[in-house]
Amino acid sequence: MSKNPQTLFDKVWDVHVVKQIADGPDVLFIDRHFIHEVTSPVAFLGLKNRNVDVMFPEKTFATADHNTPTINQHLPVGDPLSANQLKALEENTAKYGISHWGLNNPKNGIVHVVGPENGITLPGMTIVCGDSHTSTHGAFGCIAFGIGTSEVEMVLASQCIMQPKPKKMRINVHGSMQKGVTSKDVVLYIIAKLTAAGATGYFVEFAGSVFESMSMEGRMTVCNMSIEMGARGGMIAPDETTFQYIKGREKAPKGDAWEEALVYWKTLKTDDGSVFDIEYNFEGADIEPMITYGTNPGMGIGISHAIPTGADMESGKASYAKSLSYMGFKEDEPMLGKKIDYVFIGSCTNGRIEDFRAFASIIKGRKKADNVTAWVVPGSHVVEQQIKDEGILDILTEAGFELRQPGCSACLAMNDDKIPVGKYAVSTSNRNFEGRQGPGARTLLASPLVAAAAAVTGVITDPRTLIG
Amino acid sequence: MAYDKFTVLNSTAVPLPIENVDTDQIIPARFLKATKREGFGDNLFRDWRYNADDTPKADFVLNNSIYKGEILVGGKNFGSGSSREHAAWAIYDYGFRCVVSSFFADIFKNNSMNIGILPVTVSEGFLHKIFLAIEADPNSLIQVDLPKQLISIVSTGESESFDINGYKKNNLINGFDDIDFLHNIKTEITAFAQHTKY
Repeated sequence: MSKNPQTLFDKVWDVHVVKQIADGPDVLFIDRHFIHEVTSPVAFLGLKNRNVDVMFPEKTFATADHNTPTINQHLPVGDPLSANQLKALEENTAKYGISHWGLNNPKNGIVHVVGPENGITLPGMTIVCGDSHTSTHGAFGCIAFGIGTSEVEMVLASQCIMQPKPKKMRINVHGSMQKGVTSKDVVLYIIAKLTAAGATGYFVEFAGSVFESMSMEGRMTVCNMSIEMGARGGMIAPDETTFQYIKGREKAPKGDAWEEALVYWKTLKTDDGSVFDIEYNFEGADIEPMITYGTNPGMGIGISHAIPTGADMESGKASYAKSLSYMGFKEDEPMLGKKIDYVFIGSCTNGRIEDFRAFASIIKGRKKADNVTAWVVPGSHVVEQQIKDEGILDILTEAGFELRQPGCSACLAMNDDKIPVGKYAVSTSNRNFEGRQGPGARTLLASPLVAAAAAVTGVITDPRTLIG
Repeated sequence: MAYDKFTVLNSTAVPLPIENVDTDQIIPARFLKATKREGFGDNLFRDWRYNADDTPKADFVLNNSIYKGEILVGGKNFGSGSSREHAAWAIYDYGFRCVVSSFFADIFKNNSMNIGILPVTVSEGFLHKIFLAIEADPNSLIQVDLPKQLISIVSTGESESFDINGYKKNNLINGFDDIDFLHNIKTEITAFAQHTKY
């Protein structure tokens, strides 16, 4: 044991502090900055008004994702406002010499999918983006979190942001995951236990054998949803799984630089004896496939359970009643067997190749239910190509599904992919807020397996009953 | 951005006693398509405020003319969800300068202070007292004194102190922002950047 045991979080944070301000935030240096078309235009406008340049354009990477159509991407974007944002991103990145993977670029996709895919995300980095799901990159042992547009401007202008150091939380999940349970279920379970605000003010480290045995894509799903319990971000110590994932990717270090990087990356773990402000322990065996029934991601239950009664809620009953009323659900009703209308698989949470493999494993040899409209949206062109190369497209087509083009799509419904008013959507995305997937839309968050089971049966179904 | 200085605010307040008000409610994603920061106030709380045919919903507080003022009082966990600063812009653009709650989501809190809105965190008990005071009299004045870090219900004289770090407090009182600060330490940042790993 070292003399001063340090957490993974402390190790990464402390080497990035440019300056500490008394009774104020730390000035934190940012290694990688991702930008997209929706939260960056006003930041560039601010730079222009201040007559300030981008300090390190090579540390910022742009992709278009939030507002892009998921069909006919070769055609001009129909919505003039969306087209205008895409044009602004193209012009701003060209003006300042920032890398830009716009619509139709073969590397285009959701920002939190393409970063890791291309080796831009590496262990021990500080990463920010004007998007709360930037926490995804924590899967690589990064301090990664979402920022507002003023902070986007700040990073462009100075490569730094000013942040008070958050408190530290560790969440250990021991044992292993049961059959039919995915990383999405693990994180929905944790959020249900902690509530949607349970980790506010904290940076979370996920530890324990369940995470150690998870793939990088699974870890990304977990870290992605850290924000849904209010955490500033979540991270997992890099290990052999991490290094194998990164090796050979386009922007990953090569040759001697790779060996040198490995030496450093292997130091990125929490020392024995480190102290956290708070710690939670859960058992993998207690987790079953999850589904949400309410209007925040903390309102989730095991799929075989009934909707809790308001009396079980520690917080306001009025807010709970409002939430159930919006969903058209009643206390104590079972979730299984409820009829659904839409299925969405995709997003920065579950839009990677493993998610489509899982989805395909259940729909293979079955047919999409007639009452279900399904949107199958890859997280990037690379994922889209993998879906085709691995024969998943054939399985989808055979079962009556169509594959769309990459983008954030129905996760936030900025483009035309909106769930109609009052309709129920089983969605592999990250938020079930009122109107999130379209005005009046009713979202049920779940894993790709639960989404697939609902897509082929037309009702909420335990995927374990469909697994051979 | 440069914004109005914040010192002492005396105002009536608009009550929104709902928990977990997320930024998708404050400004739905379909209204995030602008490339300027002005004009978002029209769509503040859009889907709670208007029906699908754009007629106002009579039972929503912003459509009730007896409630007005520069202070918005919300339930626990205000501003959760998306990092969209547009949520803070919409609140500012509508005319609010201060949001009071018993608990704020981190990113929303940062975004607010970065554009000159003061988020004031009070105890559950004091929040309840504010709601009661407004319910009893919608013209109840609330005083938010940033230099003294004190929030008061003027009619009853009840008050509570609130926390804010000294750096942010100074920024808000003087209308400074972080970019002004970072610009002044650019030499230090450049020197630091020479030794980073990435």
